[in-house]
Amino acid sequence: MYRNRQDYIIIRQEDYMRLLDEQAIEHIALGASLLGTGGGGDPHIGRLMALNAIRKHGPVKLITPDELPDDALVVPSAMMGAPIVIIEKIPNGNEFITAFKGLEDILGKQVYATIPIEAGGVNSMIPIAVAAQLGIPLVDADGMGRAFPELQMVTYHLDDIPASPMVIVDEKGNSVILKTITNNWAEEIARVCTVTMGASVMISIYSMLGRQVKESGISGIMSFSEQIGRIIAEARKERTNPVNDLLSLTHGYELFKGKITDVSRNIEGGFNRGLCQISGLEHHSGSSMQVSFQNENLMAEKDGKVLATVPDLICILDADTSVPVTTETLKFGRRVVVIGIPCDRRWRTERGIETVGPRYFGYDLEYTPVEQLAGEEEHHGV
Amino acid sequence: MEYNIGIDVGGTNTDAVIIDDARNIIASVKRPTTTKVSDGISQALKAVLEQVSINRKEITYAMLGTTHSTNAIVTRKHLLKTGVIRIGKPAGMAIEPMIDWPQSLRSAVSEQTWHIRGGHEFNGKEIFPLDEQALTAAFEQMKGSIEALAITSIFSPVAADHELRAAALARKILGEELPITVSHEIASIGLLERENAAILNAALNSVARSTALGFQQALIDEGVTEANIYLCQNDGTLMSIDYSIDYPILTIACGPTNSIRGASFLSGHEDAIVLDVGGTTSDVGVIKQGFPRESSLAVEIGGARTNFRMPDLNSLGLGGGTVITIEGDEITIGPESVGYRITEEALIFGGTTLTATDIAVRLGMSSIGDPAKVAHIDRRLAERAHLQIMKLVQDGIDSMKLSKDPVPLILVGGGSLLISDTIDGTQCIIRPEHLGVANALGAAIAQVSGQIERVYSLDVMSREEALGDAKAIAVQEALKAGAQQETIRIVDVEDIPLAYLPGNATRIRVKAVGDLKR
Repeated sequence: MYRNRQDYIIIRQEDYMRLLDEQAIEHIALGASLLGTGGGGDPHIGRLMALNAIRKHGPVKLITPDELPDDALVVPSAMMGAPIVIIEKIPNGNEFITAFKGLEDILGKQVYATIPIEAGGVNSMIPIAVAAQLGIPLVDADGMGRAFPELQMVTYHLDDIPASPMVIVDEKGNSVILKTITNNWAEEIARVCTVTMGASVMISIYSMLGRQVKESGISGIMSFSEQIGRIIAEARKERTNPVNDLLSLTHGYELFKGKITDVSRNIEGGFNRGLCQISGLEHHSGSSMQVSFQNENLMAEKDGKVLATVPDLICILDADTSVPVTTETLKFGRRVVVIGIPCDRRWRTERGIETVGPRYFGYDLEYTPVEQLAGEEEHHGV
Repeated sequence: MEYNIGIDVGGTNTDAVIIDDARNIIASVKRPTTTKVSDGISQALKAVLEQVSINRKEITYAMLGTTHSTNAIVTRKHLLKTGVIRIGKPAGMAIEPMIDWPQSLRSAVSEQTWHIRGGHEFNGKEIFPLDEQALTAAFEQMKGSIEALAITSIFSPVAADHELRAAALARKILGEELPITVSHEIASIGLLERENAAILNAALNSVARSTALGFQQALIDEGVTEANIYLCQNDGTLMSIDYSIDYPILTIACGPTNSIRGASFLSGHEDAIVLDVGGTTSDVGVIKQGFPRESSLAVEIGGARTNFRMPDLNSLGLGGGTVITIEGDEITIGPESVGYRITEEALIFGGTTLTATDIAVRLGMSSIGDPAKVAHIDRRLAERAHLQIMKLVQDGIDSMKLSKDPVPLILVGGGSLLISDTIDGTQCIIRPEHLGVANALGAAIAQVSGQIERVYSLDVMSREEALGDAKAIAVQEALKAGAQQETIRIVDVEDIPLAYLPGNATRIRVKAVGDLKR
């Protein structure tokens, strides 16, 4: 029996049916950088878009999946493109008026609410801006419970919800509607369109009905992200160490604490791949850890023994500030804490592991949950 | 004989040195920094000239590193009302300019912003043609209400022509005298950070003008009439008066840079780590080929996030006056400090506060003050406190290193007596003489440079062509800054292929440095 994050989240009813203000956005952005597990894109631009939108249109109403009518049309909103373009060519802000209109025409139904595809990185923030601008609710759920690099890596895909029709909109007003036979085709064609449209676009994909969100969404993730952000922000203010609070909230494990001694990177097929070596400090003194990443952190090994792999979350925090560290900012000498957090249970099914397990990312390795790997270590270790 | 005068304004002191053409220090002074910074500069200048009897007409160069620009931004004073033009519409509208600035800074600098149709894609293709009609209307509307103008176009570091055309149009409508900043001359990719830097640069124009002209006048008043006058930039090189008025933001943080450069010169090491230990804080910097390493992260100035080049510094909460608290078994280092009151408050000076300097004296590392006043401190306790101090320093140095290879460490600053000669990962530890005026010396020995950072598409040209183009622009910029053509050398070439992007995009950064024209 593995502890499950959702058991914890669902009882937090008081977090629901409420308005997200500037403070909440700051916390969600911080939480999203942890759930980004080193990747997912810098939430900074998304955070500013969300702030811009709520200053202009007022706060956003956050609802639980349970509050959705079963036949309500729920449409995810996200950004896709090269990180270096996203920080330079800021969106227009009206992209989703076009995108949702396109979907409404095809589906013959009005959009009731929007929802994030992923809870990590920049795409956790885009739906907040969209909800504010269009005056629709934001659903407190996502399809990853973290960040992943590819569009089919969502729980919606596991439940055979089609990615298509997919709408891609650029800031100039161009839109493309894709109807594809598989979700992988949607991913491939979308990549090509994105480049032609200027390497940064807004997308709507995996349109769902209320009842599908209730079944397939990872419920409570925005509130979860906000709680993570609040713990880190408050600890920074009071100069305390939030790691224990984070571990008890996320049911996570401290995998390692140490100093980065080497980071090697290479660009492979458009992905930023690499290895980070960490040498142990305090009670980990004498040991070493290696974290492998491809945009996101994928595997953590201590003294050659695997302690966590994708799809479980491997998060690296700055040891002094406890702010999550992205793979781009890993560098020699930085003191870090590595934590492992159990992923959503749906990633642990046969189909889930096939989609996002270690083998998919090229490691010849069976997936074993972090509770077993790190739990054992804790038992035999210290 | 010819001489250089170097002056550096710090938070506490304004230092001045005179060096001869063999770079020997022949005079040096320290004067307190005054609220009106120019007064302190005049006083230091007067005092350093009084120390020597030289023909003042033989002073051919005068260099000033000052905090005028930083102070103006921090205090929100003397900033120009700046019109903000962002080109790229319909892109860019989702985040308004200056959105995350503190309100006080925003209202000191600007009230109105304009989005104009135009801008470029990552590959240099136009998003839309530049809307000159909308620009004309905006400029007409600005007439009489703005004192400076900042123009930022999407992907201008790749294609600058929309910014340049907009600036030309602005000059036609708003007059040749209006200070205009175009963002691609200030910073690189990252629209919001580059725009922030451009707006601040434009708003600083009048501060920069009065600083430069004020320094010129102060020199003339002292009979230094033949000197070429330069201001220090934060990369350790100089800019002429005209250039400094156009690019004042490049002077921000020149103080620590001068200190690092001066330390490097005094020690004879061009590649090293410099640890400058002051009274309250310490700065760790890295010197590479004689110049400070630049930060690759966004840097906040007065609450605005910017991305123009800045020296990469790590500030530690440790100085000679840092307060040491001992409670039972627990020793805490700082973060409080007695600062400049150390000569009254530290135990060795008869005070009642245990400071880091007291620990150093107890352990016999220094004999300043009265060592008898700390003899009662348990030696093992003092050793433990010192270990903790050294751990802070060790961590600070480690986080600035890029690899575990050992490097020389240069120690400067009055607080450097705290530091023992055992630091892991260092090749040797150097404590040069004349530590106290390393910063003014750094100003006096500065060279001039030109720098370029741009994204090239290698589908359109070869890598060699792109590098050649970048080098030519850097040399051109160095000439513009006052370098002597024959002495210009390329000191830094960085070529980073960009992930995710098609079209073989690569970011190239080149820096050229040369001696001042004699």
